[in-house]
Amino acid sequence: MGLTCESCGRGVLKKKFNLKCGEEYVIALAGNPNVGKSTVFNELTGLRQHTGNWPGKTVVNARGNYDYKNMKFLLMDLPGTYSLLANSVEEQVARDFICFGKPHATVVVVDATCLERNLNLVLQVMELTDNVVVCVNLIDEAERKGIFIDIRELESELGVPVVATVARDGKGLEELKRRIFNVAVGIQTPSSRKMKYSERVEEAIREIEPKIDKLLKGKLDARWVALRLIDGDKTIVDAIHEHVYYEKAIEIDGRR
Amino acid sequence: MLLSDIKKGMKVKVVSLKSTGLSRRRMMDLGLIPDAEIEVIRKSPLGDPTAYGIKGAQIALRIEEASQIEVEKVERKERE
Repeated sequence: MGLTCESCGRGVLKKKFNLKCGEEYVIALAGNPNVGKSTVFNELTGLRQHTGNWPGKTVVNARGNYDYKNMKFLLMDLPGTYSLLANSVEEQVARDFICFGKPHATVVVVDATCLERNLNLVLQVMELTDNVVVCVNLIDEAERKGIFIDIRELESELGVPVVATVARDGKGLEELKRRIFNVAVGIQTPSSRKMKYSERVEEAIREIEPKIDKLLKGKLDARWVALRLIDGDKTIVDAIHEHVYYEKAIEIDGRR
Repeated sequence: MLLSDIKKGMKVKVVSLKSTGLSRRRMMDLGLIPDAEIEVIRKSPLGDPTAYGIKGAQIALRIEEASQIEVEKVERKERE
């Protein structure tokens, strides 16, 4: 009675993203546009993927493999986004992959020269999953600009592994592989820091979260879905129907 | 004062966003949150769109977007 793709929840990967779920560890690579995501991707996989824009749903094609400690890793280069809150097709692809594909780890590449604006996405990814590794890239450029980042402190603030890299020169990538390995295999279970919202929002979450949890049976993070519903994000309902129940979207009550 | 009224080289900070829903979310994702400092980097010939420097990145906004953002002048005391 082996685990099938369906039973481990990664059936979605195969169905929607045309990925096999075998002995490989699936790693998603997310990040803002222009932070060197594809450079990290190319350096890790040894490929030379030139990524242009991502049109629509056939996008999830930039993938590659690498081995580390005799384990196989499948790296998925996601479209660059500022957010996961599904304003555009790119964001929806990235969100659906992390959310429903349940990769073993998600690497968020951030730009060291403007860390603050990049942390928005990090926090959003951390709301979706605990298995996050943050890769602070372009650290050489930041230092040239007089920006020095306390990686240790950032790590303890976020509660997830943080690695400094200069992907262009291959610096820090061994460490990145090691941390990805630790998280994907389960040697290290990050306890990512969850955002606390205002009391009004938290109260609303408390009210609907148990109901959502009952409906989703642990397939998705109920708190996160609750937040999206409070946001008034209707795309999440469609996405749940599509990816969790494998049905076309149903009509939902338009009441807010 | 609205962001669309700001001249080149001026520094302002965000007071509030008038837009709602997705476009509000979008602006916030781009770094336009209260107290975020903005600088006008370049205006296109007709002034639309305009390139703004926001939290270390250049973001171009159209007048209809910039006019939804209320800003105030930054008093420069602490820095410089």
